[in-house]
Amino acid sequence: MTERIGVYVCHCGTNIAGVVDVAEVSRWAGEHLAGQGVVVSRDYKFMCSSLGQELIQKDIKELGLTRVVVAACSPHLHEKTFRNACASADLNPYLCELVSIREQDSWVHTDKSAATDKAKAIISGGVARVAHHEALEPLRVPIHPATLIVGGGIAGIQAALEIADAGYRVYLVEREPSIGGHMAQFDKTFPTLDCSACILTPKMVDAGNHPNITLLTWSEVVKVDGYVGNFAVTINKKARYVNEELCTGCGICWEKCPWKVTDEVFEAGLGKRKVIYVPFPQAVPKYPVIDAENCAYFLKGTCKACEKFCPTDAIDFTQKDEQITVEVGNIILATGYDLFDVRRIPQYGYGRLPNVYTSLEFERLSNAAGPTGGNIVLRDGKTVPKTVGIVHCVGSRDQNYNPYCSVICCMQSLKFAHLVHERTGAEVYNFYIDMRTPFKDYEEFYQRLLAEGTHFVRGKVAEITDFARTPEEEGRMIIQVEDTLIGKQRRIPVDMVILSAGLEPRQDAKEVGKLFGLACGTAGWFIERHPKLDPVATMTEGIFIAGCAQGPKDIPASVAQGAGAAARVLGKIQQKEISLEPVRASINEQQCSGCRICNGLCPFNAILFHEDRMVSEVNPALCQGCGTCVAACPAGAISGTGFSNEQILSQIEGLLLVNVNGKTTEAVPA
Amino acid sequence: MTDQFEPTIIGFTCNWCSYRAADMAGTARMKYSPNVRLIRLMCSGRLDPTFVFKAFAGGADAVLITGCHPGDCHYVEQNYKALRRYLLLKRVLAQMGIEPQRIKLLWASAAEGAIFAAEINKYVEEVRALGPLHWGKSGNGSKPIVPDEAKESRTEVPA
Repeated sequence: MTERIGVYVCHCGTNIAGVVDVAEVSRWAGEHLAGQGVVVSRDYKFMCSSLGQELIQKDIKELGLTRVVVAACSPHLHEKTFRNACASADLNPYLCELVSIREQDSWVHTDKSAATDKAKAIISGGVARVAHHEALEPLRVPIHPATLIVGGGIAGIQAALEIADAGYRVYLVEREPSIGGHMAQFDKTFPTLDCSACILTPKMVDAGNHPNITLLTWSEVVKVDGYVGNFAVTINKKARYVNEELCTGCGICWEKCPWKVTDEVFEAGLGKRKVIYVPFPQAVPKYPVIDAENCAYFLKGTCKACEKFCPTDAIDFTQKDEQITVEVGNIILATGYDLFDVRRIPQYGYGRLPNVYTSLEFERLSNAAGPTGGNIVLRDGKTVPKTVGIVHCVGSRDQNYNPYCSVICCMQSLKFAHLVHERTGAEVYNFYIDMRTPFKDYEEFYQRLLAEGTHFVRGKVAEITDFARTPEEEGRMIIQVEDTLIGKQRRIPVDMVILSAGLEPRQDAKEVGKLFGLACGTAGWFIERHPKLDPVATMTEGIFIAGCAQGPKDIPASVAQGAGAAARVLGKIQQKEISLEPVRASINEQQCSGCRICNGLCPFNAILFHEDRMVSEVNPALCQGCGTCVAACPAGAISGTGFSNEQILSQIEGLLLVNVNGKTTEAVPA
Repeated sequence: MTDQFEPTIIGFTCNWCSYRAADMAGTARMKYSPNVRLIRLMCSGRLDPTFVFKAFAGGADAVLITGCHPGDCHYVEQNYKALRRYLLLKRVLAQMGIEPQRIKLLWASAAEGAIFAAEINKYVEEVRALGPLHWGKSGNGSKPIVPDEAKESRTEVPA
């Protein structure tokens, strides 16, 4: 054994020494592990103190230690401390091993002799392991200053503006023809009743005009290569059939287009739009899109009305999808949510009973720019409802659909109740399970609704039906509900029902997650790095999340997350380079048989296969160091730094050196 | 120390969940049997089946594999790979004459210190009931399971 190993046993005051006989452990290590290369073994009151660290540093210099084992607390607490101590004594920090005899021993056991024996075993494992440590250097990679933001809703817009204002390039990708997201569809925002468009559109315009923001609407990310600091992202720009250089957004084309189709996206199926269109008048960018699936020219080869009338010759029927690649250092995903499909609850009658509306439909109905000009009327287009029922928690807090609370529905339903009351004078019933109004000024808004005379019925709606039992129910819809506050079944006849549908992850969230190397939780939202302390970072370095992509939230929270994610990205850009833990896999090409078993195991696409040489190679900056490929390689060609086979196998041997009953077994030959 | 059999169990933990669960059990001073010795891996997916054989060959009476809950893996989905290996290992061990109960898979998140401690206590009792393995002492089981010569011969296989 050529290594010279020092063992340092910490008392941690009485935290360790109170249960473990540290002096005995230290003596034993010096005596019994001498054959493994231990040249010095000491115990000290507080190893992490500067005196404790100096003790180690002195031994490194005077005794020429080549490896250090510290037996103290969890490496998650003080691994950095002791690595730094070694580094300042000119010993490579990765040649130090911290083993936990506190969290895993003295704190969880009461039998002092068993705890002392376990401490010996743990140290013996550490000594055996450290002999196989390699001197490593942290990986340093430069960070490209540009950022990709996916999703042009309010969270993405906020993030884009923050980063662009700081002077860095942003690519904002949006799959619809305009940025704005769901917020652009709303009429009012709770609890202030601000006009949604009035507060959103200035931000949209800022984003559209910003010299540092490249807007890529009607576009989708198709491929992500690279790693933190150095992503290469391929974006598919769908054909608009409009030359953006020439178009002035004058609007003559969509005025002259003779073809109308139902707008399922922006108007939620309530209104119509032309085949060449901008989703709404304040759209950013202002260029229209031709809906090729419905365009007479693409279907029959005739029409071209838009082309004939365009004053700048901007219509280009020959345009094709275009793939562009951008280089960015960080990515923010702000892909938002989908509305729960209320058809999944057939007893609520949506689609069968004409005057049952989804919350998004009602947003359009009450919007002054919407299909009815803001008049709240039934589907016949003229009847003003006299009684309106609003159902909370549709698809949320329901074990049959989504168990979680969608956060926004209570406040949104209160907003609807207020708008109905204000504009029609109708009687409004809100059916809720629990009233959840937790943020600033929200509870006050609820109190205001109570004062306005809105009826609140606590109970989950069982059924919405048009089957009348009494003459006054005739010709109306009846909401069947158990009023749990009075303990009675009630049947409430109404003219209009609004289903406050819950929020769900995007239908394609899983695929998007895979594209960017993110995981979705059980409900399908993207998983943050830490639910409390790191809500916008993800487990994939360089990829951040903001807004509803992370979980249901309202506008203020989405804006806060957008800004938060931007701050995190700016912090990374400012560092200019990032250092990564050198726990990485590498493949010995001599041993690799090219079987490609490892290729499919890597969730980060870090393993590339060289067809020409028939060998695989790990990209060290993409590799996250999980080690799955190391364990899977049938040829043993992959090794993992920091957690190599030799290190783990030796640690197993070391740990088994001392039996639970305290007997030292014969050392297993290595 | 009484005469009752004290099993030695090697536990493999994931750096991100179960190792932190063990830390949490410690911080909260939850008590559990001292029979388990933990090894930290970056991920349960790192678990090479050789590690399990090595533990048994070296005298362990049982092996505990712990990882993140399904869907919570720090490395997206590598715990599923650990699950696959675990299921295969159970069958292979049975063929080698080792009771499949001597290997156990436990999902434990970083917040589940209490579950971690309780499961260890439960498992120690289960293994105690099984009795000692005595595998390492029979034949030449104390030698490493994968001889070094085998490793060298692999290099000769043309790529």
